[in-house]
Amino acid sequence: MDKIKEFVKDFGIARLIIAAFLLLLFAVAPIFGVRLDTSISDVLTRFGMNAILVLSMIPMIQSGCGLNFGLPVGLIAGILGGVISLEFRLVGLAGILTAMLIGIVFATIFGFLYGELLNKIKGDEMIIATYVGFSAVFFMNMMWILLPFRNPSSVQGYKGEGLRTTISVEEYWFRAISNFGQIKVNKYLTIPTGMLLAFTIMALLVYFFFKTKLGTAITAVGSNPDYARAAGISINKMRTISVVLSTVIGAIGINMYQQSFGFIQLYNAPLAFAFPSVAAVLLGGASVNKASIMNVIVGTILFQGMLTMTPSVINNAINIDVSEVIRIVISNGMIVYALTRKVKK
Amino acid sequence: MKKDTNRYRKLLTGSVVPLMFLIISIISIPISNFSTDYLLNGIITRLARNSFLVLSLILPILAGMGINFGMVLGAMAGQIALIFVTDWGISGMGGLLLAAVLSMPISLLLGYFAGAVLNRAKGREMITSMILGFFVAGIYQFVLLYLCGPVIPFRSPNLILSRGYGVRNTVKLSTFGVLDNLIYLKIGNIGIPIATFIVIGLACLFIVWFRKTKLGHDMRAVGQGMGVSDNAGIPVEKTRIQSIIISTVLAGFGQIIYLQNIGTLNTYSGSEQAALFAAASLLVGGATVAKAGIPNAIIGTGLFHLMFLVMPAAGKYITGQAMIGEYFRTFISYGVVTLALILHAWKRQKDKDMDRESFRGNKDIIKEG
Amino acid sequence: MAVKETLLRVEHVGKEFHGNRVLKDINFNLNEGEILGLVGENGAGKSTLMNILFGMNVIAETGGYEGEIYFNGVKLNFKNPVEALNAGIGMVHQEFSLIPGFTVAENILLNMEKTKPSVISNIFGKKLETIDMPEIKKSADGAINLLGVKMDTDTLVSEMPVGHKQFIEIAREINRDKVKMIIMDEPTAVLTETEAEILLESLRKLAALGVAIIFISHRLREIINVCDKIVVLRDGIVVVDTPTKGTSIRQIATWMVGRDVEDKAEEVSEKTVYDESAEVIFEAKNLWVDMPGETIKNVNLKVRKGEILGIGGLAGQGKLGFPNGVMGLFPAGGKVFFEGKKLPLNNTLNALKSGIAFVSEDRRGVGLLLEEPIHWNIAFNAMQVQGKFIKKVLGVSFRDEKSMTAVSEKYIDELKIKCTSERQLVRQLSGGNQQKICLAKAFAMEPKLLFVSEPTRGIDVGAKTLVLNALRKYNEEYGTTIVIISSELEELRSISDRVAIVCEGKIFGILPPTADRAEFGLLMSGEYELDDKGEKKWIK
Repeated sequence: MDKIKEFVKDFGIARLIIAAFLLLLFAVAPIFGVRLDTSISDVLTRFGMNAILVLSMIPMIQSGCGLNFGLPVGLIAGILGGVISLEFRLVGLAGILTAMLIGIVFATIFGFLYGELLNKIKGDEMIIATYVGFSAVFFMNMMWILLPFRNPSSVQGYKGEGLRTTISVEEYWFRAISNFGQIKVNKYLTIPTGMLLAFTIMALLVYFFFKTKLGTAITAVGSNPDYARAAGISINKMRTISVVLSTVIGAIGINMYQQSFGFIQLYNAPLAFAFPSVAAVLLGGASVNKASIMNVIVGTILFQGMLTMTPSVINNAINIDVSEVIRIVISNGMIVYALTRKVKK
Repeated sequence: MKKDTNRYRKLLTGSVVPLMFLIISIISIPISNFSTDYLLNGIITRLARNSFLVLSLILPILAGMGINFGMVLGAMAGQIALIFVTDWGISGMGGLLLAAVLSMPISLLLGYFAGAVLNRAKGREMITSMILGFFVAGIYQFVLLYLCGPVIPFRSPNLILSRGYGVRNTVKLSTFGVLDNLIYLKIGNIGIPIATFIVIGLACLFIVWFRKTKLGHDMRAVGQGMGVSDNAGIPVEKTRIQSIIISTVLAGFGQIIYLQNIGTLNTYSGSEQAALFAAASLLVGGATVAKAGIPNAIIGTGLFHLMFLVMPAAGKYITGQAMIGEYFRTFISYGVVTLALILHAWKRQKDKDMDRESFRGNKDIIKEG
Repeated sequence: MAVKETLLRVEHVGKEFHGNRVLKDINFNLNEGEILGLVGENGAGKSTLMNILFGMNVIAETGGYEGEIYFNGVKLNFKNPVEALNAGIGMVHQEFSLIPGFTVAENILLNMEKTKPSVISNIFGKKLETIDMPEIKKSADGAINLLGVKMDTDTLVSEMPVGHKQFIEIAREINRDKVKMIIMDEPTAVLTETEAEILLESLRKLAALGVAIIFISHRLREIINVCDKIVVLRDGIVVVDTPTKGTSIRQIATWMVGRDVEDKAEEVSEKTVYDESAEVIFEAKNLWVDMPGETIKNVNLKVRKGEILGIGGLAGQGKLGFPNGVMGLFPAGGKVFFEGKKLPLNNTLNALKSGIAFVSEDRRGVGLLLEEPIHWNIAFNAMQVQGKFIKKVLGVSFRDEKSMTAVSEKYIDELKIKCTSERQLVRQLSGGNQQKICLAKAFAMEPKLLFVSEPTRGIDVGAKTLVLNALRKYNEEYGTTIVIISSELEELRSISDRVAIVCEGKIFGILPPTADRAEFGLLMSGEYELDDKGEKKWIK
């Protein structure tokens, strides 16, 4: 009995309610004419699309930089990778991998600058990360128009004045990874092994990273900066490294999303990814200064599950589309809940 | 010697943002090719429309809560009130006053809720109020989209969507221009809504008076030293909540004034940027996240909206791309807030380091040793 | 002279914290207009007694106190400091409680502002009354004048020098309408000699007006100068309650640190005879350290290789600043030499790499990762600084859980750490066991020089002995030089080869552990300094 109470207290009442709600949705789905296998297929695909983005939260949380509302910085790096790979007209796996590689290069540079900034403003990381994310997106809005891109499928207008809002990658690397080794169980259920494999690789990399000497030091910095300082560790260096890592993983993540989605989304699109990713990792049990890979997996499943099941089930049930509103209320409510939780001393 | 460099540093960080803005605007005005009349009219209209909202941000800054992004809660309260007043078909000043009165209990409730939440997130007020704003916006949307009609009775069916429930996307307000036109002065080609400015003036007087009251003094103390105030017996939690409540109520009024000028309400998408623009205006006027006054609000609103007006046209002329100006405008709005936040946080770190020197064990004593 | 009323009666007051007895059977009285000097070493119970008098929350939260206190004839039962304030007791704490951005006047009258009612306040409540600034300034000026200081009450506190801030704090307390008694905790600590004189003079003025004062200070000379009676606390009991007339500083010092005559012989375990001519392993020259509350102003000290050097002194005098400064945890300057070579200051990693380890006095804040398991905590420093407990795979350094577990098991066994396993989260351990983990972390680095700060603070007797014996063992078996900083004089005397006393940020003298206790007391109170040859230099 005590163990159950301990579990409930640690896991949080809010999360348990949402998990129960999700199970309920799955249970009643067939009653409202929603196929279980389609649902599972959808959830798996969405998991594969989003999990790496949620994974990118871990390094910064662990090092004490808080929730990475500045994810758009990494996303922009990834998108740059995408459009540049299009300029080279690369297709298939080569195309998507080039996109990711270029994205990683940009992400390292952006992440470094972003990390140095965060070091100067310790204590106010989250609000400033949010606004840096906004500013970066709105700055890039101008760049998307001004930068000299040439590929006709990317640019808009006859004279090629700037990139389109959404660029289709159907002829390039659409589903390059998703299709990799996918298992078609039946007409409705496909397991996107490629994406799941990619996530597993990324997750393993993160897992092993935090087992290294460097990763251990970063965890200590987030757990107790005074302790780390007394051990001779440079807090700023550890934080910057964690920010670069988060940004790089974010860049990889957005490319994963795009190859499944089929479109590169520019302009204001990156803004739509930050809050859901934060909400997902919190939903999975992370706190403002501690996050694990299990949190990422559980959180992404719960969150994407909600996003998939609510429209299909509830809308069918009561014939009203409440999905958008529920998404807003749950994701933001989750974040407020995490921000107001007392930090254990 | 040290005192002087401190003063200069404070002056510099305080003036960077407004100065930058002034320069950008001055450069853009001739490029945009707008006539002086057009510009003056634009600024006066926007000053009348937006100043009240900006003023509502002052008290939470006084109380040390930073920028109250949760003012959108008040804006939503104002919108709900206006929707009902329009539904009941009450127009004219009566309708406006009724809306104001109606918004108050909603603002009080929401403000109290927001204040209580922020008390549990001390040190992270700004990010929490921002996300709280989104959260409540979700609930607001839920209420308006699904409950209005079936659960909450509406008198005018033309306010409801064709599907039978939920408020329409745009609502033509019954109180369009009511305050502005109450006392309207035209000097040549320039129109000045005197009544609105009088109301704004009243708000300024309120703030000036409030700062001199015991409650206002307490807020200042709490804002500058929570621990010290607590030791002295000042009810810190209650005072903070009160600052948010007043801010929310004022934001409600401010949104009503804003909407009566525009005339139509975008039910679901109006209020998101309200907090950002108000914050940007205040910061552009020279306020910081820790200190804001009425001149900052008024001057800032004028400057900010001047830039807002002028930028798209200037951008088009400079680069030939119509969109560049708009994007630049949005970038600058957010960039201003980002810069101000960074400067404030950076200064906070520096202050903490400087505080240690003035704590017991001054370095001067050491060196003499 | 008017008949003085008994204002404060403290009867059989006692207090224990979680089984640790801090105060026992305290009895004393204080009359109106009397100044009582409260003297005692660290841990004697002074702060706890004051917290009880002032109704601090921590007392009620830990089970209240025993005994009765009568103030003005009424039995006390304060639930919080505000009630104490309302009853007429004011307290000037050691930490300043001022708002830098407010003026002096505003600070003095904080939450006691003079206000004027208005139409609106009559309807909506007192909180909306207007602040009456001229009245506030008048009241503040009055308080400042009473203290005999010259100050412009319109200046911002942030622009005031430290000494003035002290006076502002005091002015705030005496300005309360109902104040009858003021408790002052080390008010002269940051004042210059002239300022201290002004302060003492103002205390006399206050007393003449009928205000009772409890004055805590380690400067025995001040106590003798201004107090009417003296109460000496030692180990939680009142050892002396006497009028000042007829006492001497030396007497007070003896009371402060002495033991009863029938004391049992201390358990001083056998030590190897210490070699006086051993080489110097560590030297500090003109060292200053800026650690808030424990500043070091000018320390010159030689540590001999293989010795156990004890550093003692009263709280706030600077002894804790010494190791923190050397290890780079707080800004420091001057020159420091280790093993003959110059050691750069403000560089923690360098100090650690050179072979110096430090067990901080701030166990939970600096010494431990509470949310991580035991083996993490023990192995961490050695891993990061010396590359121990690492296994390299494909050129990347991974932490080696196996060797971390092994070393943890070794220390769990050696130091008898009570835990479920080396994986248990440190947060769940008792204070004593947590302290052992901090020691193990330092030992795992196999340092040449070990600084240990307050090693037995807040831990039970059994753990205390174990910790001290472990330190002795490392010193004897491995030859580790140990510098132990402690508030407990007896502890230092039982383990050290020499004991240095820090007072007001300087080393006032080094004595052999067998020296007379009174000498230690006098050094701690700053009555005299000892130079290199052992000559006494009396202060004034």
